[in-house]
Amino acid sequence: MRNRETRTAWLFLLPLLVALAAVAVWPLVRNVYFSFTNAFLDNPSEYSFVGLQNFITVMEDPVFWGAVTNTMIFTLISVSFETVLGFGIALLLHRAFAGRGLVRAAILVPWAMPMVVSAKIWEWMLNDQFGLINKALIWLGFLDKGIAWTADSSLILGTVIFIDIWVTTPFMVLLILAGLQLIPEEIYEAAEVSGVPAWKRLWSITLPLAAPAIGVAVLFRTLDALRMFDLSYVIAANNEKAMTMSIYARDQLIGFQDLGVGSAASTWVFLIVGLIAILIVSLLRLDRSTA
Amino acid sequence: MASVTLKEVSKSFGAFDVLQSIDLTIEDGEFIVFVGPSGCGKSTLLRAIAGLVPVSKGDVFIGGEQVTDVPASKRGIAFVFQSYALYPHMNVARNISFALETARMAKAEIRQRLTRVADMLKIGHLLDRRPKQLSGGQRQRVAIGRALVSQPQLFLFDEPLSNLDADLRMEMRFEIAKLHAEIGTTMIYVTHDQTEAMTLADRIVILNHGRIEQVGTPRELYDRPANRFVAGFLGSPRMNFAPVHTDTSSGLLHGPSGFVFATSGTGSSQPVTLGLRPEALEIVEAGTAQSISGTFERAEDLGYEHIAYVRLSDDLVWTIRSTEPLSGHARGQAVGLGWQIKDLYLFNEAGIRVDVEAARGPVVAVQS
Amino acid sequence: MTQTSDRYSNRTYRRLKALKRIGLYAGVTLVLIYMLFPYYWAIISSTKTRESLYSFSLVPSLDFSNYISLFNNPIFMGAIVNSAIIAISSSVLSLVISLLAAYALGRLHFKLSRIILICVLMISVFPQVVVLSGMFEVIGWLGFYNRPAALIFSYLLLILPFTTWVLTSFIRDLPVELEEAALIDGCSRMRILTHVLLPLMGPAIASTGLLAFILAWNEFLFALTFILTDENRTVPVAIGLLTGSSRYEYPFGQIMAASVTVTLPLLILVLIFQRKIVAGLTSGAVKG
Repeated sequence: MRNRETRTAWLFLLPLLVALAAVAVWPLVRNVYFSFTNAFLDNPSEYSFVGLQNFITVMEDPVFWGAVTNTMIFTLISVSFETVLGFGIALLLHRAFAGRGLVRAAILVPWAMPMVVSAKIWEWMLNDQFGLINKALIWLGFLDKGIAWTADSSLILGTVIFIDIWVTTPFMVLLILAGLQLIPEEIYEAAEVSGVPAWKRLWSITLPLAAPAIGVAVLFRTLDALRMFDLSYVIAANNEKAMTMSIYARDQLIGFQDLGVGSAASTWVFLIVGLIAILIVSLLRLDRSTA
Repeated sequence: MASVTLKEVSKSFGAFDVLQSIDLTIEDGEFIVFVGPSGCGKSTLLRAIAGLVPVSKGDVFIGGEQVTDVPASKRGIAFVFQSYALYPHMNVARNISFALETARMAKAEIRQRLTRVADMLKIGHLLDRRPKQLSGGQRQRVAIGRALVSQPQLFLFDEPLSNLDADLRMEMRFEIAKLHAEIGTTMIYVTHDQTEAMTLADRIVILNHGRIEQVGTPRELYDRPANRFVAGFLGSPRMNFAPVHTDTSSGLLHGPSGFVFATSGTGSSQPVTLGLRPEALEIVEAGTAQSISGTFERAEDLGYEHIAYVRLSDDLVWTIRSTEPLSGHARGQAVGLGWQIKDLYLFNEAGIRVDVEAARGPVVAVQS
Repeated sequence: MTQTSDRYSNRTYRRLKALKRIGLYAGVTLVLIYMLFPYYWAIISSTKTRESLYSFSLVPSLDFSNYISLFNNPIFMGAIVNSAIIAISSSVLSLVISLLAAYALGRLHFKLSRIILICVLMISVFPQVVVLSGMFEVIGWLGFYNRPAALIFSYLLLILPFTTWVLTSFIRDLPVELEEAALIDGCSRMRILTHVLLPLMGPAIASTGLLAFILAWNEFLFALTFILTDENRTVPVAIGLLTGSSRYEYPFGQIMAASVTVTLPLLILVLIFQRKIVAGLTSGAVKG
């Protein structure tokens, strides 16, 4: 009986396993393999092994380290802001008010749009001459002259972060809101009746009880931010000030047709993201086991 | 300690009126039980007193002060929830002392109060545990401890025992009664269980459809129910009812087969329903004078008591309860039900109880 | 510890309550403006041309020439068709594969199910750029390069882990008794899946499918890399590459019209399926 169930299970799983092997496992293995070769994209079948040379090339490239730094700054700042903002909005939308369901749906709008569309809309709003934001800031007296938010190298990473916060905060709100809804209302009432003031209820009850949901949301968002490609690519094109790890790796691979170095860069990205993932997961585990 | 006064308290959720103009005064130190069927508004009323639900109309006074708009945290009350609502991430000690910490009470004093409450409720050995590691009864004790420790002027209990099994329920009922005897603080207790209401209450408030049906001591409510609802609600098995009608020419009151009752005249308040409690009936030989005739259905032996069912008509089955065995009759056998005038309840069209002696004058029972 | 000493009058509390209420609605309004205004501005801008585009009027000027020229643009219309074909095919393919897998992972008992689920989750979070070179090679072997098939194939990487995870948690939420009853009646596992569970999962599958569709519709990296020529492009890339002859002739009006066009159907679907989508997005995360 047990045996037959196991066999059925594998049969049902077969298509998934084959598909994932084809689109994930095999390409990943080939990517690592190419990292050790000097293959070029126009003729990938002709190559020889070069050992760790590609990894060293990438490591010695200051542009790569610039991309790593950008990605880290981007991830750290945008995920922090999204978490705080997401938690705040989630608290607000957790309260009872007329039209709550509709509002919860409406905040999904930025998240459901293609990133390219969001980037274009903000690029338009942030345009130095005709953008609404500059116009508003001038009108309010903060600026004398429009700022080229998406062209100025010193501002571009900040602009990318700003747009990303707008795009992904809804996702954060959703996950945290789901966590908040798991906390029974009576626990708050119990605290309220025994004279615990609102800020203390937030700090000592809501926050610790929502912590697992926030942790999971932060993990997902961090890993997503680390692989960010489209937003920077559309807003900043090849501006090194906003280049992410993913853009760098693709540039080597497709732009320069250098399969070996591109793959090595990708492998670096994989290792860095993997390391950070392990770090966060073990932090969350630690937190859960002490709790 | 405090008295509680409700003046014309109403609460509606949208078009639905949960509470309709409730007037009630609760004396300092009383143990009051709100009881009624589910959806009668008893929990909402309790929450309105606590300040967890804002009232739509009317005023709430605690200790003589109007607190209608005062938030729950400033009312000086304690609330024990049906789900216990213990903080899952804090151990028992912290659960109990959390509110005191918040109020910045001195550590020594907190410790002292915690110890006293723990001793009182016999939970001293559980202080380091989390709610998840406790049994239902232990959680209940912690919840009560949390309420006790802040020394409130008013205790509110919202169906606190409904999640416990029968044995524990009895034990905790006893504990709560003991607690009230010891500390003497005003307590309001909501339940749908009439046994809890009867055993715990100084006075019971019976609610139905958002209105108070009757307020009184358990004995008063049981012996002198104000109306048909109260009569039917208290008592298990519930009171037997049957329609009656008055023959205006003869002044005779006709009920179920064999039931005839002479009245001295008819007032404006004609009885339309009669009620007899199961324990007021006894099974007698068919055709016995003054008995109601029916056919025997079945008997149940519960060990400590006996229940029998007797069919009076196609759609009317009465229950008889006795400490003596009620078997010995065959299904379908014709039997009589003996009853006494002192046990008879009569209700008018509006369901209000009409006093048998006062309304009817001298009573003569006649053979049909 | 009676708190009666430090409390305010009923009137003060009434005012505080009213103030809180106002604060709540003000907060919600701010959030809505923040989240929705950019899209609203895009709609307004898309109905303006030339001079009016550079005015800051908050009401649409109802000039649809941007839309007309957009719909007459064969590359953009082609991109919409390509995107639709690719997104629908890859979503349907993923749903079928992951539904089978989800049944095994959610219901059948075998040792490795937990490990497989974790692997699936890991695949869903690793950077797509990591498989780019290997995927390039596989697509070359299959002869899919610069064809919609390349994207239908590669999007499985994006969608499959997600749909598998969500459908597994949906299946776990269904009552086991139904299946046990069917098993006693002698149904095969496949029949249980298709005749007992599937009819119950309608809403779940619809919302998961919609989320899968959104993932595919919005994808940029693979679409940029594996498609070479304009006529095979998908919508995001087409919009991303829409440029004028110089920086000052940037066709913002048209880009906004394109943005509104490709987003509107998505948003309407999201609003309709809102409840279920939230359940789908959070089911894995909250329980896992």
